[in-house]
Parts: sequence; structure tokens; C-alpha cells
Amino acid sequence: MLVEALVLSAILFVIGTFGVLLRKNAIIIFLCIELQLNAVNLSFVAFSRFLGIDGQLFVFFVMTVAAAEAAVGLAIIISVFRHYEAVNVNNFNLLKW
Amino acid sequence: MTGLENATVLLLQASPGGYDPILPGLILLLPLLGFLANGALGLIGGVRAAEELRSGREPARHEGRPLTHTLPTWIGPATIGLAFVLTTANFMAMLGAELTDPIVRSYWMWMATGTLGVEAAIQLDQLSMIMMMVITGVGFLIHVFSVGYMKDDPGYPRYFAYLNLFVFFMLILIMGANFPMMFVGWEGVGLCSYLLIGFWFQDREKADAGKKAFIVNRIGDFGFLLAIFLLFVSFGTLDYATIFDQAPEVLTYGGGVATAVTLFLLLGAIGKSAQVPLYVWLPDAMAGPTPVSALIHAATMVTAGVYLVARAGVLFALAPVGAAAVATIGAVTALFAATIALQQYDIKKVLAYSTVSQLGFMFLGVGVGAYAAGVFHLMTHAFFKALLFLGAGAVIHSMHHALHATHKDWDAQDMRNMGGLRRYMPVTWVTMAIATVAIAGIWPFAGFFSKDEIIWYAGTAAGVGGGYGALFTVLWGMALAAAVLTAIYMTRLLVMTFHGSNRTGDAEASHLHEAPLTMIVPLCILAVLSVVGGWLNVPGSVRNSIFGGFGLLPMSDWLDRWLQPVTQSAVDIRVAELGGYASSAPVGGGHVLWGAIATGVALVVVILTARAVSRQKIVPATQDTVPLSGIRKHLYHKWYVDELYDRVIVRPVVRASRFSWRWIDQILIDGTVNAVGGVARGFGWFGSLFQTGQVTTYAFILTLSALAVLGALIF
Amino acid sequence: MTALLDAIGYDVWALHALIWLPLLGMLAVLLAPQERAKKIAFGWTAALFLLSLGLWWAFDPEGPLFQLTSRVEWIALWGVSYALGLDGISLFMVLLTTLTMPLAILGSFRYIRKHEKAFYALMLLLQTGIVGVFTSMDLFLFYVFFELTLVPMYFIVGVWGGERRIYAAIKFFLYTALGSLLMLVGILYLYAQARATGAPPSFHFLDLLGTPLTLTEQLWLFAAFALAFAIKVPVFPFHTWLPDAHVEAPTPGSVVLAAILLKLGTYGFLRFVLPLFPEAAIHPTVVMVMLTLGVIGIIYAAWVAAVQPDAKKLVAYTSVAHMGFVVIGIFALTVNGLQGGLMVMISHGISTGALFLILGMLYERRHTRAIEDFGGLARVTPLLATALIITALASIGLPGTSGFVGEFLALLGTFERYPVLAGLATTGVIFAAYYMLPMVQRILFNRLENPENRSMPDLSGREIAVLAPLVALMILLGVHPTPVLERMDPAVQAIVEYVDDANREGPLAAAARAEGERFAVEVGVGAREARDVPGAGLQRPATPESMDLVRSMHWPGTAGFPGQEE
Repeated sequence: MLVEALVLSAILFVIGTFGVLLRKNAIIIFLCIELQLNAVNLSFVAFSRFLGIDGQLFVFFVMTVAAAEAAVGLAIIISVFRHYEAVNVNNFNLLKW
Repeated sequence: MTGLENATVLLLQASPGGYDPILPGLILLLPLLGFLANGALGLIGGVRAAEELRSGREPARHEGRPLTHTLPTWIGPATIGLAFVLTTANFMAMLGAELTDPIVRSYWMWMATGTLGVEAAIQLDQLSMIMMMVITGVGFLIHVFSVGYMKDDPGYPRYFAYLNLFVFFMLILIMGANFPMMFVGWEGVGLCSYLLIGFWFQDREKADAGKKAFIVNRIGDFGFLLAIFLLFVSFGTLDYATIFDQAPEVLTYGGGVATAVTLFLLLGAIGKSAQVPLYVWLPDAMAGPTPVSALIHAATMVTAGVYLVARAGVLFALAPVGAAAVATIGAVTALFAATIALQQYDIKKVLAYSTVSQLGFMFLGVGVGAYAAGVFHLMTHAFFKALLFLGAGAVIHSMHHALHATHKDWDAQDMRNMGGLRRYMPVTWVTMAIATVAIAGIWPFAGFFSKDEIIWYAGTAAGVGGGYGALFTVLWGMALAAAVLTAIYMTRLLVMTFHGSNRTGDAEASHLHEAPLTMIVPLCILAVLSVVGGWLNVPGSVRNSIFGGFGLLPMSDWLDRWLQPVTQSAVDIRVAELGGYASSAPVGGGHVLWGAIATGVALVVVILTARAVSRQKIVPATQDTVPLSGIRKHLYHKWYVDELYDRVIVRPVVRASRFSWRWIDQILIDGTVNAVGGVARGFGWFGSLFQTGQVTTYAFILTLSALAVLGALIF
Repeated sequence: MTALLDAIGYDVWALHALIWLPLLGMLAVLLAPQERAKKIAFGWTAALFLLSLGLWWAFDPEGPLFQLTSRVEWIALWGVSYALGLDGISLFMVLLTTLTMPLAILGSFRYIRKHEKAFYALMLLLQTGIVGVFTSMDLFLFYVFFELTLVPMYFIVGVWGGERRIYAAIKFFLYTALGSLLMLVGILYLYAQARATGAPPSFHFLDLLGTPLTLTEQLWLFAAFALAFAIKVPVFPFHTWLPDAHVEAPTPGSVVLAAILLKLGTYGFLRFVLPLFPEAAIHPTVVMVMLTLGVIGIIYAAWVAAVQPDAKKLVAYTSVAHMGFVVIGIFALTVNGLQGGLMVMISHGISTGALFLILGMLYERRHTRAIEDFGGLARVTPLLATALIITALASIGLPGTSGFVGEFLALLGTFERYPVLAGLATTGVIFAAYYMLPMVQRILFNRLENPENRSMPDLSGREIAVLAPLVALMILLGVHPTPVLERMDPAVQAIVEYVDDANREGPLAAAARAEGERFAVEVGVGAREARDVPGAGLQRPATPESMDLVRSMHWPGTAGFPGQEE
């Protein structure tokens, strides 16, 4: 049971990682990050079955942070969109030295 | 005279058994107050003048303005006059007392650390008293003279401020009871000299001359400082009383420390007293107002070196090498400067080199252990050289007015532009003639007695042991030669200036005039002193000859006896180690004979020179186009010493400074610093290559790194 | 006066007030309207100066070494404490700071034209840092304050400076920070070594004093500390940040930099380096290196100064030369040398501060610092000329001014042990004339050629108020320096004796440790307590009984520390 859950979690995480690395649309990248977070959540829940309630507790933390992050991140993306009329991350390189 | 004696008696009654100083601090305070008052007035005048300048007008003259002219006229001379009165009172009191130990008055602790205690203290003894008399007395006369000489100058109150300050520092130099106090005066007079040489500071050359004087003096001060340090390390104190008391025990005769101390002191004295090789600032110092040259650069400040050697006589007696060095420097300077004076045309330059030469005589005197003789010549020289400078000042004053009246741009100081001035300035002529005879060393004028004594001691010192006989014989010969040259160049000056026909120009000649009363009176008083000043110390050995007026002159050996408490211990050491003086000159002959030879030769030289110069065809400076040749050219160019120093010292230092700045500081050191910064920047640049600004790149690197860490943890 | 100060409990709060009140003033400046900022800043610092004058009476020259001491735990776990104290050395450094600050601010009224509030706020912050450095007894606290002085100075140079201000500010910051980071490492190492002996954790100077260290350790630690302070002083060849910083800094920045900040370095040598590493401090190689660098600094900087076309840069280089006198005075390690070094520090603070103020006044009038643009100013600005001449003379050490007392004592003290080097250093008096007089001449004398100089106004009332106290102090300290010297004397004697003892008692650091206790006990007592304990003062010889009593009462780690209880 645990193995299946962890495998699923790993697959989801890898999908999320590749999504973050390869996709150019900021919204998609954002969704992929959420996917990674939830992959981790899944493994937390799976482990909590064997190791006690702490894992589920952490899931709540992660979800809270993810919600906050989503709010801030979307706000940034929207303001960037307002400026560039695009959400392609290749356009954003202002942070270059 | 009876009045003075009565005063002495009264003072003695007031303090039976000894000498009680009368307000000695006030003697110092008066010139200082004068400086403060005149300085404030000078600032007021300066601020007013600056306002006029800003509004586009040339500043008005001070003459007639109560605040910036009338007040300084009174304050300046009055403070020094009062100081002179007080000094005289003290002198009288000391005359009547049998003072053996110096009187020290301490005012406050100046510098105190755990191991060093230097007090702001003054010392009154026979030596400082005689110096104080000269400084305040001659100083007062020159202040009075300055009233007439400087009255048109826009810096009138400032002038008196500096002059008062000078007297203050000079008195500190003389009255200080320890070496640091003397050093205060030493550098203080240097400062005033700097300010007064560059008094007309708009003129670049004059400002340069002041600067040169200060820097060259500081070379001497460097030596003085080292001597002080060495004395402190040896004695643990810097008070005269202790050092001179303990010197015979602490310092070994002829030892390294004593020699080093005296040589360093000598360096200080050389700088201040303009001796070879540091004399070069004094001729340039003639850029200052002429009364300044008279007071500072002839009568008082430049004699500080002689005072220093006389004061530290015990140390020099303990270091025969140091004393011989003093004598050698003195004799060399006396002869060397005299040669240059032969071929100068600027009246003040002649007098400047003459001063250097006469100071050399004084050095020779104190160098051979004849401290009283050195101080004696110092005193008489103060009289006749101050007189010569003031007379020259009167001449320049008159020439300046005459040339100014017709707007002729000739040099008012060039003797080639003068001639025949005795018709226009009879009093100046007479007084300067007296001074010339005095400095030439003709009996019975002051210079005869003092210079003769120095030469006599130099000659008789040659006859004693210690291995210096040959040296002193040579020095004696040089002194004799210098004495002859003195007579020549002084006669040349007098004849070129006052005799023959006038070369100033017909239009100008009518404007030549005798100096005003404030200038004439000091001249006359100094003329009297130049005659009688020498009678103070007629040597005992000639007293009953014609030179002593067959015993009529009352004061024989007075100065010797007066200074005995100060000089005795030094003389004792000298006599014990080297033996006394011989009774005859190196080539034989007694004192009376050599006195006769000296005055006779001088007289002959004066007459011959006078005839030679009056036969010479002299043309005004602008028409004097015939180039000099041979030795006269070298003399005219002062043996090219200034040029030599410029090439060997000044320019290399400046070049080294530029090199230090451009190459060492900017390129080597700062270059290294900037290179270190550059390396750090390089690393930063390399790291920044990874900063593409693309979120994807960052995420990719992050993932790879995370995988790498993970892999490392697992495997 | 002492009674009055006692009545208001001055001893207790004075140092704290002098450190923290500037921060309050900073707040006041920030809240005030723009145009009143400078007046508030000036009034505040002037009031602080008056407040600090009380230290003159509160400090008892007969009393123990460190007075007005206090100690409060700050970071108890590491043994970091907020510990303050004042000895004869820091007394004058604090007074110099509180005097310079209001004058620098008053002198900047016309110079600072932009972001006035921020500028004066930073100046007040700077004062907090500097007074903190001079009164810290805890090395950690000292380090914090030492770094704190960097930040405001960085902004003062970088924002209000001249054309190359960014370069100068970064150079200044990085150079100084580099040195002080090494010092931090040194402090931590020293702390660790002290802990290794089993002592309770403490960064307090008196606790660290006498920490057993091998000679190699001492030399390394000495190097770490010395580098930090040598950069700050600055000692040749670490000086090149100084001309840049001085030239680019605004007038008040230059004044504070020259008058006070440079002294942080020499103060550090005196307060920390000599007592903490006594064996290294007299190690022949170390002494020779430091003395040689000092002598080179004196001569070399004078030469370089002499050929500067920029007046401000010239004065900046003269600072290097002056600090050379301080360095040789310190490392000669004689009473006279240290006293002289301290006097040079004070005198340099006054005279160089005044020189920078005067150059700033000239810059305000003509917007140039090039010497050749001036000339003949003595005719148009006689008051300014008078001030400049007196200041220049004090700077080159004319007797009768403060400069002479310092240089004389420093050279004398050096001569006692190292005559040849002292002789070389004495040539500095010649070269001082060589750099200063031409500058004075080219600014004040010569022909008044430039028509722009003709209309130059003389000193205003405000400017006179800035310069007059400084000029008066130059002369006062030159004529009667004894009150200053006698207050510094116990501290100087203590340093010299301590270093001597620590070395004489044998090469073993353990012996030094014992000596350290004696030193620390005697000096660690607060002023009032000390008067009650017979024999605790440095002036009176201590009896063994009284020493035991004192040790049991006050030695940290046994019965706490004065100021905390009792």
C-alpha cells in the first residue's frame, strides 16, 4: 500500500518538475509547482498511516502555505501580465545582473 | 650716573643680601600684550581694507587714522620701551648684588608626564640680563625708527603686532630656564621672522624668502630637538640648572654623548645664526622691511645661536670636538661671507653677508672658549649693525620717495643708483660712517675691542694643547683675513652710497631728503653706543696702553667679570683639560702689538679702499651692462651656492616627492588595492554568467543540484 | 562641580546618555521639518557637548583607572555584556568627539544642500557609534560600535560627496570592513582561548586580559587586530583609502573622519592590542615593523602631501604623517611616547579638523579645491587667513601650539628607546614645513590675481563661531597641556607597566595571567567604590590584605561586578 502511494507521489512530483522546467507559460508553471507540493502531501499522508499523525499535520501546513503562495504568485503574474501583455517566462529576465 | 647709582643703592636697601627680580614676568607680558592689541587693530584694519578691496577701491592708507595708525604708533614702541625700563631696573638691581646662582621663576607646569617635567620658567642671570638689555634696548630704538619708516604702509598695525611678538619670543628664548622653553622662543622668533620677511606677501619673491627662512631654520631646529632628546635621556631633566651642574659628572670629557649633543646643538645654532652651510636664508631675508632686518636679522634673532653656545658653554667645554666645530664653522663663515659681500650691489645684501660674517666671528669666539668675547661682540655688533641697517633703511626710504615721486622704476636698494647722498642726508651719513669705522675695527670704536678680543683669543688658543693648535692657527689666519675684508666691503658700501656724485637722476635728486626725526634719533643713539659700547670690556692686557686710554677707560674687563658666574665652570673645565691661553699670538707678539697691527691695517685698508672705490667709474644699475668676469663674477653670484642647493637638495626632494606620489602611491600601492578589488570583481563577473534572469534556468540548476545532493547522500 | 554632578547621579548615567541620546536626536531630526533639521542637529550635539563636559569633573585623576563603569548582561549565553567604562584615554577621545560633532555640523550649514534630514540623522548616528567605541569595555560591544561607525560614514561620503564619491565610499567601506572582519575572528579566537581555561564566558576586556596565549598565537592575533587598526589609522601602506575618502567627503564628513575616526585605530592599539598581546607588542620584529612603518608614514606622507595640487588631498596626506607620530609613540612603549601619541591624536583632531573646515569654507566660496585657484587671499579675507595660519602652524607643531607638545613628547618617548628611528622621524618637522608653508603661501599670499577671489567674503559670524573654539584650544593646549596630560597619565602608566610586567614575569603566559588579575582588579573598580576601598587606586600602593578584599569583592566570576549590585 505504502509503496503504491509513494510511486504515485514520485510520478506526480516528476511530472510537476518537468512541467516547471519545460513549460513557458507562467500559469502552467505555477500549476506544476502545486502538483509538486501535492505530490509531497500525498507521501506525507501515506507515511502518516505508519508513523503517526504528524504527517497529516504537515499537510495542513503545506496547504496553508500553498494557498498563500498561490495568492501572492498569481498577483505577481497578473501584474507582470499587465506590464508585458504576456505570461511567457522567457520574457522575464530583469533579474539578470 | 649718580642718579642711577642712587637707584641701585635704594634697590639694594630694599633687598639686602641679594637681587630680587622686579616684575620679571611683566617684561615678557608687555610685548605679548602689545602683540595682542596691535594684532586686534591689525585685524580691524585688514577687515576694513578687504571691504574696500571688494568694493573695487584700493585700500586707503592708515596714516592719520586713530584706530589703526595712532594707537599702534604708541602701543608698539611703548610696550617695548616699558619692558626696557623694567629690564634696566632689574639690571641695576643685579649690578648691585653679588649674584652667583641664577634666579629661576617658575610660573606653571608646562609639560608633565610620569618621567618628564618641563616648567614654564624663566631664568635671570648675568648672561640673560645682558641679552635682555640688548633686545629691549635696541628693540625699542628700532620700534621708534619703524614709526617713521612704516607709517605709509597699509599693514602698519600688523607690522607692529609681528614686531612685538618677535620681542616676546626673543625674550622667551633668552629668559627660558630650560631647553624646551628656549626652543619655544627659538621657533617663535623663526615664525616672526617668517611673517616679517614675507610681510609684503603679495610679492611672490618676498613670500618665498620667508618660506625659505622658515624651512632652512627648521633644519637647524631638527638638530636642536635631537640635542634636547639626547640631553633628556642623559640627564632625565631639561632644566639648565641641573644639566649644567651635573654635566661634568654625567658626561665624560670628549665622550660620544657630549660630542653628539654639542654637534646637534651646533646644527640648531647654524640654522638660526645663518652659518655655513645653512646661511642661505639670511640674504634672502632682506626682503622684509629694513627695520626688521636690523632687529631680527642683525641685532637679535640671528645671535641666538651664539647665545645658545654661550649658555651651553659647559657642554661645549666638555666636548672639544664640538667646540672646535663651532670655531671652525665660525671662521669659515666669517671669511666666506665676507668674500661675497665684496661684490654685492644691493645695500642690504652687503649688510646681510656682513652680518653672516660677523656672526662667524662670534662663533669663533665662543668656539675657542672665549664666551664673554663672543657675547661682547654680539652686543657691539647689535649696536653698529642695527645702526647700519637703520641707516640703510633711511637711505632706502629716501631713495624710494625720490624714485616714487617721478615714477622711475629703478631699484631703490642698488648702490649703483645712489652716490653722493651725504649732501642730502648728513646725519645718516655721519652715523653710518661711525658704524662703518666701528665694524672695520678701528680704535676706539666698539668693533675694535670686541673683534680684536675674539681674534686674540683664537690666536692664543692655538698655542695650547689638545691637538687643536694647528687648526686654531688656521682659523686665526682666516679671521684676520675676514677682518681685512670687512674693512674693504664696508668702506665700499659707504663710499658708493654717500660719496662721489649722485647717480639717482637730476629730477629725482631734488626729492632726496633727510629722514624724519623718529628715524634720526635712534640712529644717533646707536651711533653713540657704537662708539662707547666697546669701552665696557677693554681687555686688561691692553688697559694701560694707548688702547685702554692709559687706564682712563673705566670699565676694563667689565663684561668678562660680569659674565664670570655664568661662564666660570665652562672655562674651568677648558683650562683643566686643555690648559689656559697662550700669552702671545701663534707667530709671536703680544696683545698690544696685535691691537696696533689690527687697527693700523684696518685704517690703511679703509683709506686705500675709499680711494680705489671713488676712482672707480660707477654707473646706474640699468646702464651697468659690462659683464663681470673671473672671480668677481663668482662673488657676484655668491659662489653659486643657492644654485648648488637647488640642484642637489631642493630639486631631488621635489622629484622624489613627485615620484612617491605618482609611482609609489598611485600606481604601486593604490594599484595593488584596486587590483585586489578587481580580482573580487572578476569572481563576481564569473558567477554572474549563471544569472541569466530566466526562471527556467534557475529552476533547472536547482533541480540538478538537488539531484546531485540526493545522489551524494544515497551513494 | 563634583558635588553637583554627584547630586544628579552623573556618574551613573552620563556614558549611557552620551551614547544613546544622539539616537534620540536622530529621531528628532527625522521628525522635524526639513529646514529646521540642521538647527536641531546642532543644538542637540551642542547640548551633548555641554553634557559631556561633566566628565572632566566626574573623572577623578587620582581615582582608579576605569571609572563610570557599568556592566549589564546582553547576550548572557555567550557572555556578551553591555559594559562601559572611561579612563584617561577615552575621556579625551569622548570629549574630542562631542566637541567636533557640533562644530562639524555648524560648519556644514551651507555645504549640505540635499537630503538635509537624512544627513544630520546620519551624523547623529555616527556620534552614537563613535562614543560607543570609545567607552566600550566589552570586545563584542566594541566590535558592534566599530562597525556601526562605518555605515553612516559610507552614506555621508557616498551621497553627499564629490564626483568620485561612489568609488571613495566603497573603497572606504570595503577596506575598513576587511580589516575589522579579521579583528572579529581574532576576538572570537581570544574568547575561545579564554573559555578553554575554564573561565565563564565573557567578552569583557578585563576578563580577556591575561588570557594565556603562546607567542605564536599572540603574534597571529596581533596581526589580526593590528591590520584592522592599521587600516583605520591609517598606517603606511594601508593609507590610500584616506585621500580618496577625504577628498570626496563633504566638509563635515572630512572633519569627522580626520578628527575622530582615524583615532579609532590608534585608540584600538592602545586599549586592546598592547595589553591583550603584551609579548607580541614588544616582540622585536613587531616593534621594528610598526616603528618603521610609522617613520615611513611621517616622511613619505609629508613628501607626497607636498606635491598635491588639491588642498584637501594635501591635508589628507598630512593626516597620515601625523598619525605616524602616534604610531611610533605607541610602539616605543614609553610613558612619554604614549602621552605624546595621545596628545598628537587630540591636537591632530583639533587642527586638522579646523583645516578641513577652512578648506570647506573656501570651497563654498569658490567651488574649487585646487590650490592654484587661490592666491593673495590674506588681503580679502584677513580673518580666514589668520585662522588658517594659526591652524597650519599648530598642524606643523610650532611650540606654543598643541601640535608641538604631542610631537615633542612622542619623539622624545621614541628617542628613549630607539634613537636612530626617532632621529629619522624628527626630520618630519622639516618636511612638515615643506608641505604646509607652500600651501599657505599659495592660498593666502602671492599676488591677488584671480578676479573671482577679489570679491570673496570673509568669515561670517557662524564661521567664526566654528573656528574660534578650535583655534583657542590649539593655543590653550599648547601653552598649558598639563591638565590633559595628568589625566591621561594613570592610564598610560598602567599600560606601560602592565606590558612590562607581563613580559618580565617570564615567557609563560600564565605569569601574565596573574599580572592580568592584578591589573584588572585595580582598574576594574567603579569610581565610587574605589574611594571606599583603601589601596585600590592606582596612585596608592596596594597592601596584600586590601588586594584580597578587592579581589573577593570585585573579581568577575567570584562575586559579580560593580555597578551591577552594591
